[in-house]
Amino acid sequence: MYDIIVVGGGHAGCEAAHIAAKMGHKTLLVTGNIKNIGDMPCNPSIGGTAKGIIVREVDALGGLMGKIADISHLQIKMLNNSKGPAVRSLRCQADKITYPKNMLNALKNTLNLEIKEEMIEDLIVEENKVKGVITAGGEKIRSEAVILTTGTYLKGNILVGSENTPGGPHGEKRSNYLSDKLKEYGLKIMRLKTGTPQRIKKDSIDFSVMQEEKGDLHPWKFSFDDDYKYDVFKQQSCYLVYTNDLTHKIIRDNLNKSAMYGGYATGIGPRYCPSIEDKIVRFADKERHQLFLEPESLYYDDWYLQGFSTSMPRDVQELMVHSLHGLENAVITKYAYAIEYDAIDPLQIKPSLENKIIENLFTAGQINGTSGYEEAAGQGIIAGINACLKITNREPLILKRSDAYIGVLIDDLVTKGTIEPYRMLTSRAEFRLLLRSDNADLRLREYAHNVGSITSEQYQEYLNKKEKLSEVLALLRKTYLNLTEINKQIFQDNNLSLPHNNINFYDLLKRPEISLEFLNNNFLKLDLTKEIMEQVEIEVKYEGYIKKAFKEVEKMLKLEEKEIPDDLDYAKVKNLATEARQKLIKVRPKTIAQASRISGVNPVDISVLSVYLKKEYNNE
Amino acid sequence: MEDTICAIATSPGIGAISIVRISGQDAIKIANKIFKEKDLTKEASHSILYGHIYDNEELIDEVLLSIMLSPRTYTKEDIVEINCHGGINTTMKIVELLIKNGCRLATPGEFTKRAFLNGRINLLQAESVNDLIMAENDAKRVLALNNIGGKLTQKIKNIREKMGDIIANIEVNIDYPEYEDELVVTNNLLEKQLTIFKKELQEIVNDANNGKIINEGIKVAIIGRPNVGKSSILNFLLDEEKAIVTDIPGTTRDIVEGSISLNGVKLTFLDTAGIHDTSDVVEKIGVEKSKEVAQKADLVIFCLNNNEDVTNEELKILDELKKQEVIVFINKSDLITKLDYKKLNTSYVVGNTKELNGLDNLKKEIQNRFNLNNIVNNNMSYLTNIRQITLINKAMDSLNSAYDAYLNKLEVDIIEIDLKDAWNYLGELIGESYSDELVDNIFSKFCLGK
Repeated sequence: MYDIIVVGGGHAGCEAAHIAAKMGHKTLLVTGNIKNIGDMPCNPSIGGTAKGIIVREVDALGGLMGKIADISHLQIKMLNNSKGPAVRSLRCQADKITYPKNMLNALKNTLNLEIKEEMIEDLIVEENKVKGVITAGGEKIRSEAVILTTGTYLKGNILVGSENTPGGPHGEKRSNYLSDKLKEYGLKIMRLKTGTPQRIKKDSIDFSVMQEEKGDLHPWKFSFDDDYKYDVFKQQSCYLVYTNDLTHKIIRDNLNKSAMYGGYATGIGPRYCPSIEDKIVRFADKERHQLFLEPESLYYDDWYLQGFSTSMPRDVQELMVHSLHGLENAVITKYAYAIEYDAIDPLQIKPSLENKIIENLFTAGQINGTSGYEEAAGQGIIAGINACLKITNREPLILKRSDAYIGVLIDDLVTKGTIEPYRMLTSRAEFRLLLRSDNADLRLREYAHNVGSITSEQYQEYLNKKEKLSEVLALLRKTYLNLTEINKQIFQDNNLSLPHNNINFYDLLKRPEISLEFLNNNFLKLDLTKEIMEQVEIEVKYEGYIKKAFKEVEKMLKLEEKEIPDDLDYAKVKNLATEARQKLIKVRPKTIAQASRISGVNPVDISVLSVYLKKEYNNE
Repeated sequence: MEDTICAIATSPGIGAISIVRISGQDAIKIANKIFKEKDLTKEASHSILYGHIYDNEELIDEVLLSIMLSPRTYTKEDIVEINCHGGINTTMKIVELLIKNGCRLATPGEFTKRAFLNGRINLLQAESVNDLIMAENDAKRVLALNNIGGKLTQKIKNIREKMGDIIANIEVNIDYPEYEDELVVTNNLLEKQLTIFKKELQEIVNDANNGKIINEGIKVAIIGRPNVGKSSILNFLLDEEKAIVTDIPGTTRDIVEGSISLNGVKLTFLDTAGIHDTSDVVEKIGVEKSKEVAQKADLVIFCLNNNEDVTNEELKILDELKKQEVIVFINKSDLITKLDYKKLNTSYVVGNTKELNGLDNLKKEIQNRFNLNNIVNNNMSYLTNIRQITLINKAMDSLNSAYDAYLNKLEVDIIEIDLKDAWNYLGELIGESYSDELVDNIFSKFCLGK
């Protein structure tokens, strides 16, 4: 008997199992193949725009992904470093051998956590409540809660051209019956599709004709806690490749052989991850498309050809790859393939990630219709935390859209549903100036402490940082610049126009051309860490925008407070548009704010609904 | 789900034919009860039938009746329209009959409200229809009709679409920073765009003020000492131009003396103390009183007498009115000049009420100040109500903030915050934004992916 069973050892499963065990619950992680724990079956990177911020949030909540990425990467970069602080985000090229190995080690060293190799084909469900899992061999393992993080393994089908082979990534066993069982329990199942490009043998690539993309020379890390050091000069590079006329001709000539265009696939593929044939058909006027060659590992020779995913048959793939400059003699070690799999309609999930139909059943990751390691990890840790809170009769942790990208992700999933694998984008977040990479700990450590998912040391560190921050901000406000001759000279030496007398450092820092580093080195001379400097500078320089964002948050929260009764009969609400009525009945939003985010529910419907609630329930 | 409503759709008392409109799910059923000759439930949609309306056995009127079945109708509900020939009393009788048979009398604008709620027209159009119904003069009617045609909607849509494109481009730069193929939106590029948006939006904002003028007219206060001839100016204007209404005191908040139509725009004269009864009034007007009346007005006509010198008190009042739209009018130009014009340090116009065209200068000046000639000659696509004008101004404010952010050398994604606000306000204005619009826009316009 376990407290919690996690089915699946991918990025969602690892976080869920780890956090549940860390929170003191007896946890079992069941996976089809222990070797594939923390596996990266697609791109060899962790993080990226918005996704990198999710990794920081997972770390702030006490999770593993950031820490493991820090000790497993081949290259790391701060994306959008020249843009505003809101959109900066870390991405690393993670070693596909080292990362899973380090992840497995971390899990093995987690107290209260057991790992078992089994295929799970059914659940134990009693009176709409899950009580455990049943293995392919028929063994029953009981628990109080179950978290499904099965990735693409539910009825997975691998598509290469017209070939269609049942199986998960790497030709692993798939789960044949679990999704049928879920259907029997009343869940709506949908079919999704994603793809992965070719892997190329390293010594068959002519790197000399390609543009090199190096890692940053500034050292970065995902984790707020550990301070792992790496040599910035020993990072691996990526390379840029472009498609050309010949590539496009080959693809156009063979379109009918592609699984997608030939009509062999039924799943819906993601718009942000189109196959190369999709790009060429949809954007016919583009002369070339950009591709990236990325190293997968130091321990084997495969390079990942990002941007070239396709469901063409192997012989066409050979022609396509060889048409690329620098890859004329390339040896393809793995062909690109598309994978179709079953997922549950996320509209059947509560914001806590608990299932609406089967109690104590939680789901996270691709099974909920998302795509990406980071999106999976973000849901995994929330599912893990909420499973623990559920079985101890505590309120779930529901992050708001103004708290975290994870909050945006889950809210989008459970209110809007999805018809394609959902990927996080910065444009999905309306409060992105608040949801920054640098302040994930300030946003989330309090919540983490309240639910018990971080250690007391981690919490103390956060409190210290917070205190230091307000200390420095207060100091800047009350310290005034003395315009002595020496100080005047400093401004002149730095080509800065002289400030008027009697200005405090806070207002001085607001000037676009003045940095905190300049002020600190020349006048303040405080002992400040890089993190604190960054925080202070952002808080001061973007104060107006941050304040405005908080005002917007307040407005949203007011709407969040306008609750919609669970038993509301939408048929009685006159004048709702038919589509809005259907969507509202399907989603059953908890608040007016949530209702307003459902696609197909227009502002007019919201006012009609508000008026009705006011009239019938005296809901102000 | 909704009850069936009916109302006389044409202006009562005007024209030989009045139309009674019925809308709702029982429209056909109810009309069928009073229409003899044909069974309406068996007739095709969008057909016109000739016949008679009966109250039991009593013949009420000879009519033409149109049947329009949902959803291709104005309200998207079943609609029956009865063209009556018998004058207002028979028309009223027909409405009574319909109510007796199950209709409810429609509230003002209810057909339009239904059209809006059923998704037949957007908010802007609905508001325009309302304006059309309420239209009091020609300019206003043309204006209302123009909005329905969506000329303005189209104009705003075009600006918004261009904004949406650049926002999507910025978002792509953010989400896919390493894609070199896509255009990178730099601060300089953005500056150019912002300047264009500002200019285009400013035109609409300016027009919005014109729209307000057409819709609400211009409130005019004539201020001056009792002997300067305020009443004769007013009477002269009322005589010469077509007086539209002489409002009954108390019906509106402001006590109105009368209105005229100038270039199709309504000029409403506010009552100012002492206009009528000079004998009772002390020889000076209080500064406070003048200011109070002036504050309610869009235009102050400050009158002086050519035949008398300007007093210090008058100069003081004039100074107090600096922030308002003021025309200094010097009356009694037909008499000997005793006024020392050097004391006035403002522009002025001169005239009198004794000669036939004595007030032409004044009228010309009013036309100039409010650009009245252009307002009416222009294509008339204006925003007309407070909600619309507030939104367009908010959008303009956001654009200005975006521009300030550019001047402060902030990053593109920060400048974009205000640009996005402007885009959202315009979306709200034309009622066509939805929550995933931006994301859809990004994927339909840019080629991205792993």
